[in-house]
Amino acid sequence: MTSPHRPTIRDALSVSLTVGAYGVAFGAASVAAGFSVLQSCLFSLLTFTGASQFAAVGVVASGGTALSAIAAATLLGTRNALYGIQMAPLLRVRGVRRVAAAHLTIDESTGVALSQAPRGTDAMRLGFWLTGAGVFIFWNIFTLLGALGAKALGTPAAWGLDAAVPAAFLGLLWPRLETSFLRVVAAVSMAFALLVTPWLPAGLPIIMTTLVALVIGWRER
Amino acid sequence: MSPPMMWSVLIATSVFCFAIKLVGHQVPERWLANPRLQRVNALIPISLLSALVVAQGLVVKTHVVIDHRLAGLAVALAALVARAPFPIVVLSAAVTSALVYHLH
Repeated sequence: MTSPHRPTIRDALSVSLTVGAYGVAFGAASVAAGFSVLQSCLFSLLTFTGASQFAAVGVVASGGTALSAIAAATLLGTRNALYGIQMAPLLRVRGVRRVAAAHLTIDESTGVALSQAPRGTDAMRLGFWLTGAGVFIFWNIFTLLGALGAKALGTPAAWGLDAAVPAAFLGLLWPRLETSFLRVVAAVSMAFALLVTPWLPAGLPIIMTTLVALVIGWRER
Repeated sequence: MSPPMMWSVLIATSVFCFAIKLVGHQVPERWLANPRLQRVNALIPISLLSALVVAQGLVVKTHVVIDHRLAGLAVALAALVARAPFPIVVLSAAVTSALVYHLH
């Protein structure tokens, strides 16, 4: 395509491929948590928001209840609502297209769309749709590969899968720690989660940690 | 966890996560203009991801346990500090953890 949109297309595709490839880690984590290959693929097709998917299978893997798993995943997904609020006036779509836009509203599609602002509204829209669709395709392909791979490998610990999951969470967390204030929030959250671990049923400390966000966010400034 | 419960996790997570996305596209912008609400919303992923790092890396059921996973996490942290790309971070953690697991 020889158009002024070339840089946007390049941005969208490179993000799609790199983020999508990381679906391997999800597929593997999901199977290691005890979900079937089919269930792992359905997560990526239907939930389609990485951090929430990892949270759901992570809580299940650590022996938490179904309710804890669902709550952790849902709470992590709340940021997508804020993305939707920003994307809706840009995309201006209705009906089936709005449903599709909502499903593709994730960190990456919103991030690429916003980063195209200097290139104009058309580039922002293109960035959203192309990144959303691209991540969707690659994320699902790589989830299947990861799930099949993990199934073939057997014992998760023998292949380091049990460390790959927290490392993935750390990798998701890291780019968000832009200020020293946010790093303090992360450190306090980690300490809090460890502190309440012996006293609460498995999985619940993760949900309880949102209290840290609530208290600090409420009081800050 | 029983198979029906695992299906319920999959289905409920998918339904709620999609509902949240759709709500974002439906509500008027001013509804979430409250700065306090925005601050809390911005901090929730940080708190939850932090908790998930330690819950997955340092906890077995309801006990804090230090094992091969921590070695993997330490290497992941080093990789992040060295600005390694995401797959390298995850892979180096897995390889390190597996090595320690087998040497132990």
